Amino acid sequence: MDNWKDFRKVFFTLMTPGTFWMLFFFVVPMGFLFVLSFSSKAIVNGETSILDYNYFSTITNYVDAAGSSYLVLLGRAVLWSAIATVVSLLLAYPLAFAVCFSSPKWRPILLLLLILPFWINLLIRTYALIQVMRTNGFLNQALGFFHLPQTDILFGTSAVIMGLVYVYLPFMVLPLYSTIEKLDKSYLEASLDLGASQPRTFWSVTLPLTMPGVITGIILVFIPCLGSFLTSDLLGGPNNWMIGNAIQNQFGEANNWPFGAALSFILMYATFFVLFVRAMLTRRSKGVDA
Amino acid sequence: MAARLKPGQGPLDYGSRLWLKILFALVLLFLYAPIASLIAFSFNVDKTGVWHGFTFQNYIKAWHNDAIFSALSNSLAIAFCSTIFSTVLGAMTALALWRFKFPFKTPFEGFLALPIVVPEICMGVALALFYSKTGMMTAVRDWIWPLNLINIIIAHIAFSFPFVAVVVRSRLVGFNRQLEEASKDLGATEWQTFTNVIVPFLMPSLVAGGLLAFTLSLDDFVITFFSSGPNSVTFPVKIYSMVKTTITPQINAASTVLIVITLLATFIAMKIQAPANPEKP
Repeated sequence: MDNWKDFRKVFFTLMTPGTFWMLFFFVVPMGFLFVLSFSSKAIVNGETSILDYNYFSTITNYVDAAGSSYLVLLGRAVLWSAIATVVSLLLAYPLAFAVCFSSPKWRPILLLLLILPFWINLLIRTYALIQVMRTNGFLNQALGFFHLPQTDILFGTSAVIMGLVYVYLPFMVLPLYSTIEKLDKSYLEASLDLGASQPRTFWSVTLPLTMPGVITGIILVFIPCLGSFLTSDLLGGPNNWMIGNAIQNQFGEANNWPFGAALSFILMYATFFVLFVRAMLTRRSKGVDA
Repeated sequence: MAARLKPGQGPLDYGSRLWLKILFALVLLFLYAPIASLIAFSFNVDKTGVWHGFTFQNYIKAWHNDAIFSALSNSLAIAFCSTIFSTVLGAMTALALWRFKFPFKTPFEGFLALPIVVPEICMGVALALFYSKTGMMTAVRDWIWPLNLINIIIAHIAFSFPFVAVVVRSRLVGFNRQLEEASKDLGATEWQTFTNVIVPFLMPSLVAGGLLAFTLSLDDFVITFFSSGPNSVTFPVKIYSMVKTTITPQINAASTVLIVITLLATFIAMKIQAPANPEKP
């Protein structure tokens, strides 16, 4: 590797555009948002101004955000994301296993089938789910065809969780696949040869060795779930808001941007906390690298 | 070892366990049935969601529906511009990170990963605030197409180019620097070495990274939603507003078109990247 001092011109030519873009269109906007989260709407001539703020004047936004109704939304986001993550893990682990142990001819095709929906637009997929779930939707038509009782899941909690699993399942499959694929199968043979049962082998050998993949998968599903608002907005409706919906609402209809900014930062801190826990966990576990 | 046993009987033949096959089939049904029905009903005569016969009417209507057509062309124009800039920026950043050691390199790498980990909605509202405070939101409103989409393009570049950098960097790991030295020894300048040695080597990753940026841009709803003004509606934003008001099979038709475009881009990316994979350590 070259020292940057020896090729200053090349170094700065290569570094400047990306750094510039990150500074101006990521760091500066985030800085604006940070300042706004400590601001309040200015009072001009006795009326609350729409455009002006008293910058760095208050922490009430954070105090308000800690109020029970918004903590509920954060708690709900954490809980539902956790449920969606667990469901994805329970589905994806056996699937990734099946892909890894299928014949080499089928392996890429099966993997592709599992991750292909990831490439399709999130809104199109959510829209497709609405058409399946709504009252006259395909699910009820199918149930009616078999003379089964109709369900009304759209705009319920189960619809949101199903939607989250539907959207983020590929993120769970990929890291699991890459760890299980690298797993040395002779460990499993050794365990089975030495008399351990299949479940015992799974719990004592397979799972601990594939733990890094499990952790990566959990992170890749949990974090986007936590910040999602589209799924809960379109499939859950107003009674099933998560923290993301509250942020959107504050920047939209409720039009209290400083409060929305504070909520955004709370969501970001929650995200960074999850990443921090992950860093701690991966430092301790020793398995196949994801 | 498994070869001597009957297929499906070996202790490690998990791939042929019946319950796994059933689970696999059920998950595929769960993943594909909604998309398949969305595509199927884009050919439906009726708009109530009950099958009444096959037609191409919805495609023709969607094509002549100005709102849908302009949303779709906006999305494609944004994706196109964002792809070009993201690829260039991402490749340059990857080259710098690969070639040089410099102070605060590790924090800089973490900093580059921020747009990947920060929740989309936070980045979206931050950009909305930035654009409205700097006046960029209103300034570009009356610019000619596609310059009036510049705010969205800027936002898409900001979250796409770190992904391109990751793809290009993983390709650079396999680059033999002696080729670069040979080129310079033979009298090539820094620039000639770059265009004649490094760029051809990087080509597969540039195409793959570019197609990744293209799909990321076409896919994005959240950040676009916040950084777009009322006159710059993209296709996902259009579906969002239509889903909230009226659902028509024209959305199905336009969605099908977009699905086909994205899947084509994905397949090309995979085809191009496939031979590069074994070189990765």
